Amino acid sequence: MGRFVIGALAVLAVLAAIPLWVTNEYFYFAAYVVLQFIVLATAWNILGGFAGYVNFGSAAFFAIGAYTAVALFKAVNLPLPLQILAGAAVSGLLGLGVGLLTLRLRGIFFSIATIAVAIILETFIINWSYVGGAKGLPILRPTDAPLHFQSYLQWLFFVMGVVAVIAVACARYVQTSWLGRGLRAIRDNESAAECSGVPTLQLKLAAATLSGALMGAAGAPFAQYLSFIEPVSAFSLTYAVNALAMPIIGGMAHWIGPVIGAILLGTVQQIVTVTISSELNVLVVGVLLVVFVVAAPEGILGLVAKLRRRVGSTK
Amino acid sequence: MTRILEARGVTKRFGGFTALSEVSVDVMQGERFGLIGPNGSGKTTLINCISGALFNDGGSIQFQGEEISRLPAYKRTRLGIARSFQIPRPFASMSVVENLIVPLEYVVHRGSLHTADTHGEAMQILSDMGLADKAETKANQLTQVDLRKMELARAMAARPKLLVSDEAMAGLSTAEVDEVLAILFKLNEQGITIIMIEHIMQAVMRFSQRVVCLDAGKIICQGTPTEVVANPDVQRAYLGV
Amino acid sequence: MDLELLYEAIISGILLGCFYAAVSLGLSLAFGLLDVPHIAHPSFLVLGAFATYMLGLQGVDPLLAGLLMMPVFFVFGLAVYQFYYSTFEKRGTDTGLRGIAFFFGVAFIVEVGLIVAFGVDQRLVEAPYIGTSTRFGEMRIPNRMLVAFGVAVLITTVLTIYLAKTFTGRAIKAVAQDEGALRLMGADPVRIKRFAFAIATATCALAGALLIIVGPVDPGLGRLYIGRTFCVVVLAGLGSMSGTVVAGLILGIAESIVLASVGAAWAPAVAFGILLVVLGVRPAGLFGR
Repeated sequence: MGRFVIGALAVLAVLAAIPLWVTNEYFYFAAYVVLQFIVLATAWNILGGFAGYVNFGSAAFFAIGAYTAVALFKAVNLPLPLQILAGAAVSGLLGLGVGLLTLRLRGIFFSIATIAVAIILETFIINWSYVGGAKGLPILRPTDAPLHFQSYLQWLFFVMGVVAVIAVACARYVQTSWLGRGLRAIRDNESAAECSGVPTLQLKLAAATLSGALMGAAGAPFAQYLSFIEPVSAFSLTYAVNALAMPIIGGMAHWIGPVIGAILLGTVQQIVTVTISSELNVLVVGVLLVVFVVAAPEGILGLVAKLRRRVGSTK
Repeated sequence: MTRILEARGVTKRFGGFTALSEVSVDVMQGERFGLIGPNGSGKTTLINCISGALFNDGGSIQFQGEEISRLPAYKRTRLGIARSFQIPRPFASMSVVENLIVPLEYVVHRGSLHTADTHGEAMQILSDMGLADKAETKANQLTQVDLRKMELARAMAARPKLLVSDEAMAGLSTAEVDEVLAILFKLNEQGITIIMIEHIMQAVMRFSQRVVCLDAGKIICQGTPTEVVANPDVQRAYLGV
Repeated sequence: MDLELLYEAIISGILLGCFYAAVSLGLSLAFGLLDVPHIAHPSFLVLGAFATYMLGLQGVDPLLAGLLMMPVFFVFGLAVYQFYYSTFEKRGTDTGLRGIAFFFGVAFIVEVGLIVAFGVDQRLVEAPYIGTSTRFGEMRIPNRMLVAFGVAVLITTVLTIYLAKTFTGRAIKAVAQDEGALRLMGADPVRIKRFAFAIATATCALAGALLIIVGPVDPGLGRLYIGRTFCVVVLAGLGSMSGTVVAGLILGIAESIVLASVGAAWAPAVAFGILLVVLGVRPAGLFGR
């Protein structure tokens, strides 16, 4: 635990220090996206990898976080950290709600319910003119940035870094604690877990709420980042696919898997989108997802472990 | 002797099919109780209603004087009812010892996790069962008989007062049956009430103090093992004559 | 809302509902009976629609195109199920999550693949019955809806009779209920399931043709139909093929009424809304096992 805290603080220190050397704005645009995906992938994995329930509607939790932040910013000019807390709270409640509705049932029903919620919410937002409806709403970014950051974008980058560290810390806690063991028991055999004293519904609801809340936190600064918000990009399918693909490709068993998946895929996608088309880029993610699900279900972590065993046995 | 489990008029329907019909049975504390009956007679359904895997449609089930028929399964486990499954249900991604740590964390040491030595306790139970050498093996790599033993060990880790063993010996060799039976006897000596569902008649005869026979969802006979086996209704139910 | 509008909405709803039932048949088979988490079923529908479009460019009538594609889709279904079974169902560990993720990936690849091949624009087909309408008393009903209704009733009847009367059909229903018993009778459950899945996929060819007859199709339509098809199958109750018609009618009429009263913006949400309500209140559906 001590090592993790030191590592986390080191990461935060590095993130805070980068703006002293790097001034290229594009770097911050791209890095923000990667950090955002670290949060989304980590959040997805808490319910998906640890408990075995597949969320197809990550975009909904992400977008609701974004729109909550926008609505509160428009209404009372709420500062960014509180926007993030509000986004997390609302998306957390959404996760709890979807969970209450469907986590008693088989996994596939939860998955379909997440799609349903995503489409219903998107329809609702399209018809809500206060936040711009289908046309969208431009958001004025504050001109100065706090502390030593030279632009607001750099500040957003750092804030998302903090959220990423918090998300990973939560995932690590869930994984290594009794909570994680209970979730794994549920994933391996729910009825046996229940008979072993695990309050399965309560744990699943807790995981769904935490997962939703973190996704909402990832979405909250989105409008500030783009200086604009509109439903099609907020509810974009790329969030749903990436939130699912990154943990599966990285490895679902350990909290570092989604981080690896997010950094690898996120970086590759930033490069591909710039050089080729964005549709092709998303297609590549889909293909990788299927390839890994079929051939390497334990992700990159699993492949590395296999490699180490093979190397170890030949010594 | 005190009653540890009281079932009164328990009924369970699946759509149009009545699996249990007005089943009433008492189990005494510390007893070795056998539950027999042909396939489809409702034995596992009754056990599922007792353990909480299913909710009964009618009647009442009382455990140590408390009505439990509407409690979810995990609460019944915390009250002291444990069961093993007919087809073992291990936590396949975990090691054997971790399988046992789950009930230790969620039943026995719920309020006091920071002071408990769950690993040590789990190892103790495993060595009592003869599984200590397999402690770090992943559960999905165990042999059939070791899986059955782990099922029982995991049920025991919850420190139950009532243990239901659901066909723990099906498909085992005679020597393996003796092993599992010896474990069950030892557990009973420690004061645990045991309900055994079994098809292997010699195991039921050797183990049970009292036997109940179910057929088509109803109790057709109760008594000592010799009495029940000699009963013509029971013989008819099994042989279909 | 005045009575005449309501009356018209109900009539269109009935036609639409039978169409929804027909496009959901394949899912009722694959998910309702075979327990395959076939999230990609609507994508196969859209594939069928685009295949019809391609043949339409060559001058082939859409219904004919749908029929011609059925054997192709049948073989495709055999391959998909074989792959799914040997990769996921046989292994037994962690299959739930992997199977679901797999079909999601397939659905996604189909959608994006279609976008790359055809772009995001809507495509239509032409036929003598598309764009014309027939007068029934006071109402004018678009002929394409009548055609879709007719074909839908036909497919549904044929499939229901097949499952109830033929040996293979009854074996399919049996394998859903008790695989072990079927094995004891000498039938190979995997072959039967594979065959059933192939039939389900073949229906996507004809149902896909109906899809593009009823209205223009774009690659993103699959996502909308996830809601409609799963709504129908869950509302009907898993395992109930005949319930699919009733559920389809309910959805069709509900959507029609919402369309007529509140407008097109909310119509997509109807299917998903009904689905959530059913899952929350009565997950077994109307006639489920």
